[in-house]
Amino acid sequence: MMYHLRATVATMYRILRQLSHDPRTIALIFIVPCVLMALLRWLFDENDRLFNQIAPALLGVFPFVIMFIITSITTLRERTTGTMERLMAMPIGKLDLIFGYMLAFGLLAIVQALLASTLVLYVFNIDVMGPHWFLIVMALVDSLLGAALGLFVSAFARTEFQAVQFMPAFVLPQVLIGGLFLPLSQMPDLLEKIAYFLPLTYAIDALNAVTKNADISGDAWRDLSVVIAFTVGALLLGAATLRRKTR
Amino acid sequence: MQEASIHASKLGVIKEDLQVLEDLSFVIRKGTLTGLIGPSGSGKTTLMRSIVGVQKITAGSLEVLGEPAGSAVLRKRIGYVTQNVAIYDDLTIEQNLRYFARLVGAKRTQVTEIIEQIQLTEQRKRLARNLSGGQRARLSLAVALLGDPDLLVLDEPTVGLDPLLRQELWKLFASLAKKGKTLLISSHVMDEAERCDALLLLRDGKLLWNGPRQQLLERTRETSVEGAFISMVKQGKKK
Repeated sequence: MMYHLRATVATMYRILRQLSHDPRTIALIFIVPCVLMALLRWLFDENDRLFNQIAPALLGVFPFVIMFIITSITTLRERTTGTMERLMAMPIGKLDLIFGYMLAFGLLAIVQALLASTLVLYVFNIDVMGPHWFLIVMALVDSLLGAALGLFVSAFARTEFQAVQFMPAFVLPQVLIGGLFLPLSQMPDLLEKIAYFLPLTYAIDALNAVTKNADISGDAWRDLSVVIAFTVGALLLGAATLRRKTR
Repeated sequence: MQEASIHASKLGVIKEDLQVLEDLSFVIRKGTLTGLIGPSGSGKTTLMRSIVGVQKITAGSLEVLGEPAGSAVLRKRIGYVTQNVAIYDDLTIEQNLRYFARLVGAKRTQVTEIIEQIQLTEQRKRLARNLSGGQRARLSLAVALLGDPDLLVLDEPTVGLDPLLRQELWKLFASLAKKGKTLLISSHVMDEAERCDALLLLRDGKLLWNGPRQQLLERTRETSVEGAFISMVKQGKKK
């Protein structure tokens, strides 16, 4: 037990160390969602109502996309440079490695979610009926979901070019039919059914719900649990794709 | 008779319908420095990967330090250097070693000792990305030395290194063997075989020879391993 904990923490620390030598990446992780939000605020300069409608949902979407890309590239790099093979021959559990990754990116996600939420809630002053903390937690869970999915799909990429292409392939469809552009009830039946199989749908639903209702509804809690369940599922699948022995 | 560190019996590996290793049977004794010699493509890396437990074996059996290859308990006792330098480019030498030291449970003081051993003390705060090829290879080797493993499996650790440094490293390998560690070192350079106690000669996935180097030279009446290798290949063809 102690040794799993030690390996997990060591891995988290190692990844943060790696990033600390790359301040530009860290800056991009933190600043890009804020810049995008500001851009949107500007775009809807004359239309507060519309901005108010989409900003909360995007608070979940932007971190999701960014974390997806960063995690998939980082893990792919570990696979292609041979450090993964070295680790697989060393005393470290597969889950230790995965949890180490999630802890490191989780810490980044906390800062990222706090920054973007603070901007939207207290600088742009959007109207949110429900508790603000729920919005922030949702944004955080969404970026963890992005990290977990990125970790999982990196197993299917052979090159960094492919890994980058997974963003439009796996992420954009979820954004398009997740209820951001059109409420689910107005979509064609089949598409609506498909949307219910995608995790981002639930994230967007929860963020919209907390904006419109003073209380956290049962549905919002359900949404949150579904997103967490998807995250855990992606992590376990990700662990299953790590192979100690190859053919 | 010393105990066996590695015991292969009719070991075979098939990769994508290709017989990469065929019917290998050999014993490597504890505390020896064994050279795994063969041209590139002969199956050296596949054999090493099988020993450290990251390669699926398709036939026969392979025992390492008394356990079947790939057992979880072995991961602490084997140091493995892959052919490609496997280190984190965006960490310094010291940070790389500290991470791997934590995984194998080695003391922090050992990190300093090992950096001295591979003669990188001055560069220890530099990012691995900015090191020369030889320095990177040494760092990769240093990772395998952490935690004092009983068996070291080194895949071409001296390729491209300065001759002086190469000599230093072979001295280090010999001293480790004297301390009771078992070393298996691959090379496609025949003259490196002259520094080993025992040899495994591999060609097209088959063993040409396994046993003491001296015995090989006597058997073939050659003065160099290169000559002995050629003579063994010719002998095999006659059969």
